[in-house]
Amino acid sequence: MKHRLSIQIGPVAFRIGSAWAQPLDALARLYAAYPEPEDGICDFTVRLEAEKPWRRYFRPSVAIRGDYILPDAAPLSLAHGLLAAEMGMNLQMALGQKRYLLLHAATVEKNGRALIMTGESGAGKSTLAALLGERGWRLMGDEFALLDMDSGMLLPFPRAVSLKNGAIAVMEAQVAPGRFGPRLEGTPKGDIRHMRPNRNALSRMGEGAMPALILFPRFGAAQAVRSVGAAEIFMRLTQASTNYVSLGRRGFDSLTRLIANNPALAIDYPDTDSAIGLVDDFWRELAA
Amino acid sequence: MRNARLLVRALGDPASVRACDWAGLISAARAEQLIGSLAFRMEGQAVPPRVAAIFEAARRDSAQARTQALWEAEMAHRALAPLGLPIILMKGTAFHAAGLDASVGRSVGDLDIMVPHDSLDAVEAALIGAGWEHVKDAQGYDDEYYRRWMHELPPLIHRTRDRMIDVHHTILPLTARPRPDAQAMIAASVELENGLRILCPADIVVHAAAHLFADGNLAGGLRNLWDIDRLLREFAAQPGFWASLGECARLHQIGPHVGRALRLSHRLYGTPVDKAVAGRARLTDLLFEMRLLARNGWGQEKAKALRFAFYVRSHWLRMPPLMLARHLWVKARS
Repeated sequence: MKHRLSIQIGPVAFRIGSAWAQPLDALARLYAAYPEPEDGICDFTVRLEAEKPWRRYFRPSVAIRGDYILPDAAPLSLAHGLLAAEMGMNLQMALGQKRYLLLHAATVEKNGRALIMTGESGAGKSTLAALLGERGWRLMGDEFALLDMDSGMLLPFPRAVSLKNGAIAVMEAQVAPGRFGPRLEGTPKGDIRHMRPNRNALSRMGEGAMPALILFPRFGAAQAVRSVGAAEIFMRLTQASTNYVSLGRRGFDSLTRLIANNPALAIDYPDTDSAIGLVDDFWRELAA
Repeated sequence: MRNARLLVRALGDPASVRACDWAGLISAARAEQLIGSLAFRMEGQAVPPRVAAIFEAARRDSAQARTQALWEAEMAHRALAPLGLPIILMKGTAFHAAGLDASVGRSVGDLDIMVPHDSLDAVEAALIGAGWEHVKDAQGYDDEYYRRWMHELPPLIHRTRDRMIDVHHTILPLTARPRPDAQAMIAASVELENGLRILCPADIVVHAAAHLFADGNLAGGLRNLWDIDRLLREFAAQPGFWASLGECARLHQIGPHVGRALRLSHRLYGTPVDKAVAGRARLTDLLFEMRLLARNGWGQEKAKALRFAFYVRSHWLRMPPLMLARHLWVKARS
C-alpha cells in the first residue's frame, strides 16, 4: 500500500496501510513513543482503503479493512481517518486475536497486581482507567484486557485511550497537551479525542501482572457497592469477551480460574473522584 | 508480495520458505482462508517466534472449528434422522467427519449436505421444526429462483447457533450446461460410523472441481484448489482411483473441469496427477492461474479486470443468455 506504518502495542504488532497520508500522519504523531516491532513482523494488518475507487479523491470515504473484516462496517470520512485506523486495529483484535482470552475491559496495575474494570459502553471504565493512570497506577489498557491462558497473567495493551464527549475535558485538565491527538467532532460515537498513555505505561508495556480484583463500575447513580457472585461474574465476563466461545475449553478453564481466584464488586458512582476513592479503599483492604 | 505465489509455495513446499515477507504471507493466507492449513504445513519448520505463535493460535483455532463443524453436522443429523433418508455431508464438514487429509487446518463456514431431490420439502420442514430459519425473504424473486433453478434450497440459518446450512440436491445449478447424475452420486455414497454419509472419493473430487471451475467466480479458489491437492494425494493411493475419477467425471459431464482441476493443482501445488484424466495443457490454464493468484501481501484483491472477467464468466456458466438478461433486469430493478 502507498502509506504504511508499523506499531507494537504490548505483545501485539500491527501494520497499517492507507491509501491516504493523513490518517497515518495523525497515527504516527499519536503513537510517536511506541516501538516498532523488533522482528519487523506483524500479527495483524489493517487497511484503510477508498470505499469505491473514485472515493479516494472525490468526497474521500475510508473503508476499514484488513486481515479480518466486518462486511457491513460503515466507512468514515477522511477527517476521521485516525479513528478509522484505531477501529481497524480494534477490529483485528476482536475478530482475530486467539492467543489470549480477550476481555472488553480496562486494566490498571499497582504493586504488581492488576485491577480489571469492565462494563457496558458508557460505564466509564476508559475514563476511570485514564485517571488512575495519572494518579499512581500504571495504565495497562483502556479497551482490551489480554488474559494469558497458560499463566493466568494479564498482559498490557496500552493503546491510545479513546476519550469520548465529557471525558475529553476531564483529561485535558490533567494531562499535557502534547499527549493528545486531534479532537474528532461528529463521529458516529460523538466527539472523540485520543490520549497517549504516560511514559510509565509505555516503557513497561512488556510487563504483565497477575489480576487481584474485578470491578463492574457504573457511572451516574448514587454511590453503592455490591459484591457479585461467581455465576454473575461468569455471565458478565463471557459477554465482555469477544473470543471466549472460539477458544473452547481453554477459554472456559482460564475464565473460571480468573473468577475463582479474584473477588468482584459492582460499584455505582456519581462522579470520578468518588470512584477513585472507592478503588483506592479496595486496594488498601486487599493489601492489608 | 505482488501476488499469492509465496503462499502457494509455502503450502506446496514448506521447507523452501526461509526468510520471507512473513506479514505478507500471513495476510494473504488469512484472506484466502488458508491460515489454518498453512499453520499445519509449516509445523516443525524454523520460523521467527512471532510467526510460530500466530501459527500455533491458528492450529488451535482450527481444532475448535472442527469441533463446531462436527457438532453442526450432528445437530442436522438429529433433526433429519426421523426421515430415514441418506444424509450426505459435503465439502469441509465431510473432510472433517471422515478425517481426510484435506481437513487438516481446514476452516468450515456453512454446513453443506446433500439429500434426494424428492425429499427436499420434508427436509426443509424438519430443519425449520428444529430451529433453522430462512435467511432471505421466504417469498419473492430470490426464493423462487433458488427453488426453481438452483442446486440447493435457499440458505437456512439456525436461530440460536447462528450457523448456516445449505441443503443440496445436486452439485450444479439446473441452469448450468453439465447435468450431473445426483441419484448416482447418492447411490455411490459411503456411510460413516455415525450413520451420516459422504460422497465416494471420485465424486468428492468431481464435486470440488465442479464447484471451483464450473460454478462461481473463483473467489477463495486457492483454498478449494488446496482441497483438491490434498484429496488427490490421499485418494491416489487407492487402487483404481484415477480410472474411477475419469469415469465419474464423464458420467457427471464434468470431464473438462476435472481435467482443469488436476492441471492447476499440479501447476500450483505440484500434485502428482494422472495424465489421461488431466488432459492436455491449455492456454487458458494460465488465465486461471493468474486469477487464482490475484492477491497481494496486504491481502488485497489484485487484477481487477481479470477478476471481473471471471465474474462475467460465472454468470455465463450459470445461465443461458436470455435467462441471464432477465435475471440481470430483475436484479437491477430490485
